[in-house]
Parts: sequence; structure tokens; C-alpha cells
Amino acid sequence: MKADTSGVLTGVHFMDGDHAACEGALAAGCRFVAGYPITPSTEVVERFAARIPKVGGVFIQMEDEIASSIAIQGAAWGGKKVMSVTSGPGLSLMMEHIGFAVCTETPSVWVDVQRCGPSTGLPTQPAQQDMQQVKWGSHGDYEIIALSPNSPQECFDLMITAFNLSETYRCPVFFMMDEVVGHMTERVVIPPADQIEITPRKFTTKAPSEFVLYATTQDDLVPEMVKAGDGYRIHTTGLTHDERGYPVMTVAVQQKMMTRLIDKIRNNVHKLVDVRTDNCDGADVVVVSYGITSRIAHAALDEARAKGLKVGHARLVICWPFPEALFREMASGVKAFVFPEINMGQMVRELNRAVAGKAKVVSVPHTGGTVHEPEVILNAIMEAAR
Amino acid sequence: MASETGEKKGKGTVFVKSELCKGCSYCTDFCPTDAIGFSKEFNQKGYHFPILTHPEKCSGCDLCGLYCPDFAIFGVRYKDLEEMRLKQA
Amino acid sequence: MNEHCEYKDLDIQNPVLKALRQDRIPHIWCPGCGIGTSLNCFARALMDSGLNLDKVAVVSGIGCTGRTAGYLNLDSFHTTHGRAIPFATGLKLSNPELNVVVYSGDGDLFAIGGNHFFHAARRNMDLLIVCVNNYTYGMTGGQVAPTTPLGPTQTTMPYGNFEQSFNLPFVADACGATYVARWTAYHVRQLAKAMNEGLLKKGLRFIEVLCPCPTLYSRRNKLGDGVDQIKYYKEKSVIKNGADTKEAELTFQGEIIVGKFIDRERPTWLDSMNKHFSAALGDSFVPYGANGGDNGKN
Repeated sequence: MKADTSGVLTGVHFMDGDHAACEGALAAGCRFVAGYPITPSTEVVERFAARIPKVGGVFIQMEDEIASSIAIQGAAWGGKKVMSVTSGPGLSLMMEHIGFAVCTETPSVWVDVQRCGPSTGLPTQPAQQDMQQVKWGSHGDYEIIALSPNSPQECFDLMITAFNLSETYRCPVFFMMDEVVGHMTERVVIPPADQIEITPRKFTTKAPSEFVLYATTQDDLVPEMVKAGDGYRIHTTGLTHDERGYPVMTVAVQQKMMTRLIDKIRNNVHKLVDVRTDNCDGADVVVVSYGITSRIAHAALDEARAKGLKVGHARLVICWPFPEALFREMASGVKAFVFPEINMGQMVRELNRAVAGKAKVVSVPHTGGTVHEPEVILNAIMEAAR
Repeated sequence: MASETGEKKGKGTVFVKSELCKGCSYCTDFCPTDAIGFSKEFNQKGYHFPILTHPEKCSGCDLCGLYCPDFAIFGVRYKDLEEMRLKQA
Repeated sequence: MNEHCEYKDLDIQNPVLKALRQDRIPHIWCPGCGIGTSLNCFARALMDSGLNLDKVAVVSGIGCTGRTAGYLNLDSFHTTHGRAIPFATGLKLSNPELNVVVYSGDGDLFAIGGNHFFHAARRNMDLLIVCVNNYTYGMTGGQVAPTTPLGPTQTTMPYGNFEQSFNLPFVADACGATYVARWTAYHVRQLAKAMNEGLLKKGLRFIEVLCPCPTLYSRRNKLGDGVDQIKYYKEKSVIKNGADTKEAELTFQGEIIVGKFIDRERPTWLDSMNKHFSAALGDSFVPYGANGGDNGKN
């Protein structure tokens, strides 16, 4: 379906990534946000707080990120599309509720404008240090989806994708920004509502007597949803549960529930690939990047090409699930991958696993606080090309 | 029970779902007319469940029903039972 | 049902079952646990309320009382430890026509979840909060709780508790709750009535229910079984409606002040939001949740 016009600020704007992310959420149909102030993400909720009274919905500043990350889930079961917004330390507080959203299959978008850690770290400066945390930070096994925009325009565009994916797969979707993308101001074009494709919630059409909360079919592992107050008298729990949503403490039910929760993502990884490639065919070296680092990589790529090197660029837009198959295939044609990240080597672990020794993998780590110098990436490319 | 033995009836009676009882004795201890006692038999769980030991005293007030943590007992006035019979018939 | 031959022709069921998920009974609680009694009172309050039960939702946290949500035949949510209130906040604000009840234990609501209670009450979030206070952590085996009075032994206070406990009605009063009452599992009629009042009132309504935990509190402290604890409630309770909540402190096996302490009006969070935005933004404001929701009355 098309976006509801009330939330779409159609036009050409000059805005920062945080604000663009907020507009993306509004355009996607988000009508409930709970958040807690934390640099460098706060501008997202500030804008939402100012905009939502004129759109129709609710913003509430909760008492902490733990509360925010569960309030959105209550709101999702109340029928709204929801989002919470935070940064490193707040994300750490939200961990338990990632698992709750996974277990109860609550569509929700979680924005993380990454800053430096560990601990309070460098609150106002960029990093990409939470990439593995969102995948593994909550206890137990689970699959989630994570996207990484590299510009204010993408903060708008990909936010709509994030909401759509969270409805399609009924899982938490992470929006992995960073301080630079959040705070850089650029031209953002917001199209008319009728050009924005929205995935509606998969509400059931069954009568309450026919409806089973977590019933699925072999072809479609994502159950239909209802909202509280519609007479379905549902029960949902973070305990291991059967199709009715009732807790059952057996190995068999655990296996059945877990298998489906994992498979509904893993069986669809081929649909969840968004890697923007540039001159990767015939390249000796491919630079892999995501978020702000992809823009720094451009400068290094230009320099390397000027020196006559055959260098490609593969930018991850969807970081989780990691596009393993794509890189496994690419590995047989290239000499080396160079992977700059503003962390000490997080997503490069996934790349290493995918490449499995078929090509060299060079990590270009950064302790954070700023972006890479392009020369550092260039040197790594030259080293790898030798 | 009252009707079967021909004993004098009170104003009401209790219904017991004996298999739900866990023998906490809330109903027996707080029955305002001391009409309820324990069975000699055990239920499947191994508890003595409540029975009307003094049916003539039962007012059908349903205080036992409100106390019961296991939804195993409730009281009804005969008047209401007769009304139900008329309704269901 | 049982041996009543003369009524065998009648389809007679415990009336309370209508409000419960019958396919989940019997419940998991121990013999003599008071949570079932509180649930029994709540089920009756629900049925007597005249509310459209499709519009009533219950949210629980974790622990023995946290299992309550799963037994009520309502839209029911068994959330994470301590977070029933913020989940309920999101649920209520998302769908204001719901009458949202939080039903959880003292440890869940006032230790790990304490901060959420304070803020929900401060905001006057439109929730009925029922707190079953059994002075202990039952599900994990009887550890000291923020409500354990001075003196009794708990597994993590093996030589007796030396920590000051919360006086919950005082906390709720101080934070701004619109309705504050305390009853015990002995006061079933008063409790059912209070729950009924709570369901029909607006704002943050708080009801503390003292309940025996025979397995991990009473027996460990040589206080007998559940029923003995209820006899204690009967003996030592003093009904003082309107009492100053400061004086409602609980001590080990001491006097218990019960009653309806607070019943006042304050605008709810949603009412305040609507009123404020209407004034501040005029026609550009899109009103949200008419009258802050009707709490299931239609």
C-alpha cells in the first residue's frame, strides 16, 4: 500500500540524518515512539516529539531505555507501528528486550546512532562499534535484521525499508546509524506519499474462534497478527510457547519455536541482500564497507584507481543477515578484500567466515572518535593489491 | 450431600471440583457458618477436598468460592439454583 | 461437577471461570498460595464491572504473580522482569480505548521495576496496578524482597532481614496515584470491591494485596501454612479508610492497616497531552484517543 499522506513531508529539504530518519519513520507510518535522551541520537526523538502532535500519534520520553524498548512493544501490540531511538549505552540497556521482541514476534524498529564505547566513551563522536552487539547482545539465539545508511537521504529512504521489513518478518529491525551520518546535513528529497510503498501489518482476517496466535504454514513462517482490544483474547509471553502463545516448558516446543524463529529469517537471506557494488567484476581488490565508512572509502578508491589499481567497492546496506553467499562467490574472483570499520574488526569476522580463505581479508580497524583517513584505506588497498 | 441423604437442607449448597483442590483449607476455615469440612477421600493430587459436613448450616453465600485460590469450590443459594433450573428448562 | 445428583441436569459452572482461560487451569501456584485468591477476587471484579472484557488487557511481569496474565481470559501479556508497567504504558497509549491492568508481584514492581512505578504514577498513566505482596521472591526460592519486613529469614538474608522495607501505599501516594488501597487475602469482599472501583476509575490506581507465600516465607519463618498467614491477617488487620499512608508501614507479624487510603482526581497523561496540545497548537493538533480513552466502558 501507499504511505499515509499525513506523515509525509513531501519536498526538498536540507536536514541532518537524525531528522531525516525521523521523517522516514513518519512516512513509513510510525505513530508511536518511546525514547530517552542520549547523544548523538536525541535529535530523532526531538523532531518526532515536535511533529507527531500534528500527524496523530504519541511520543513519550520514558524514564530510561529499558522502559522505552518495552513501551514500544506494548504499543506494537496496541496496533501501532513503533520505533525506539538510542545510542551505545542506551542500546546496552535495551538488550533484554531485543530478545522479547524476537520471542513474541513484535514488529519494531530500533535506531542506534553509534558513538564510541566502551562505557560512556566518546559520546559526541562516531563509531561503528555496536554492529555485533545487536546481533548477539541479547541472551539466547536469534536472528534480526540490521540496515546501515550512509547519508541523510538514506536515513529517510532506508527507514521506510526498515519498517517494511519489520512488518514482513515480525522481528526487531536495527537502523545502524553513526554520529556523522546522524549529524551531517544534506539535501533530502521526500517524495509524494503515493510514491512511497508501505508494507501494512499482517493483521489476520480470521474470526477470534479460528485464530491461533502463532500458527504458521510451511510456506510462510511468519504468523498473522492482531491488536489488543479486537476480541481475540490473545496471550503472549517471553517464555517458550506453543502456537497458542501459552508457555510450555518442553524441549520439543522449544525446538519447534526456535527453529521457526530462526528459519523465518535464514530461509529468506537471499531476499535480504542489499549490497551496492561498484566495479567489483574483474577487480583485484574489493573494499567492503557500510555506513559513513563507505563515503570515506570513496576517496581511497578514487586515489587507488588513479594509480591504476583495479579496485571495486561493495557497500553493505543490509548488514544483518550478513550476505555470506554473495561474498563467498566474489571471493573466487578477487585477490583481496579490504574492510575498514570504525571498530576493532567486527563485521570483518563475518566476511572472513564467508570468504573462508579463498581470498585475503584485510581488516582496517579504527578505535573510533572520527572517521578513517582515506590514506589509511588507500595504503591497505595498495598493500592488499601487491 | 443434603438431598441424597434426606438431611435438613440449609439455604444453599456448595459445588466442588475436587480434582482442582490443593487442600489449603481456606474454605473450611473461613466458612462463616462452619458448614464445610474435609472429605475422608483423597483427590488425584492426594489432597482431602472440601465437602459440606453441615449442609443445614450452608447459606450458599459463596464466600468459599471467593476465597478458593484454586477455583475448586463455590456456593449457590437454592433459590438461585431453582431459578437456573427454570431458565434452563 | 460433583455429587449433587439433584442438580445433575443443570449446567452449573463456577461463575469465576468465565473470566479465566479454562484450558490453563489448574494453575501453577502452591497449595495455600494467596495469589489464586487475589485472582479469584479480580475475576469477580471484572465480571461485576460491566466492562466490555474485549477491551480490558492485563500485563504481568515475571515471578509467581507474573503468571496471572496467562490465566485471565483477556488480551494478556506476560512481559519481562520488572517491565510490565512500561509495556502497559505503550499498550494504553497506543490503543487508548483499552482498560489496561498491570498485575504483578512486589519484587517485580518495586525492586527491578521500581523506577517505572514512580514515573507511571507521577505521569498519572491510566493504569490499574495490582501488586500482590507476599514479602518474598517466590519463583526463585525465597530471597529478600523490597517488601520483606525487618526480621524474617530469607535465603539471601540467612540471619534475618536487616533492610528497611517499602511502605507501598505511601510510595504510591507520594508519587501521585489517584487511588490507593491495601487489602489482604483475608479481606476478599473488600478486595473484590476495591478491584471493581479500580477498574472503573481513571488515572494510576494502585491496590496492594497482602498474600501468603506458605512455601518460601511462612514455613521458613515458622509461621505455619497459608491459612495461618490469613488468620494472622484476620487478627492483626485494622481497617482505616482514609488513613495517612505514612502510618501504613508493615512490620513482621505486626498490625496491618488496611483500607482505601486515597481516592482523588488528577488528569491522566493522555488527558493532559490532549488539553495541552489543543491549547498550544490549536487546529494543527490532531487529537489523539478521545477523552483519553473510555477504558472499555463501551
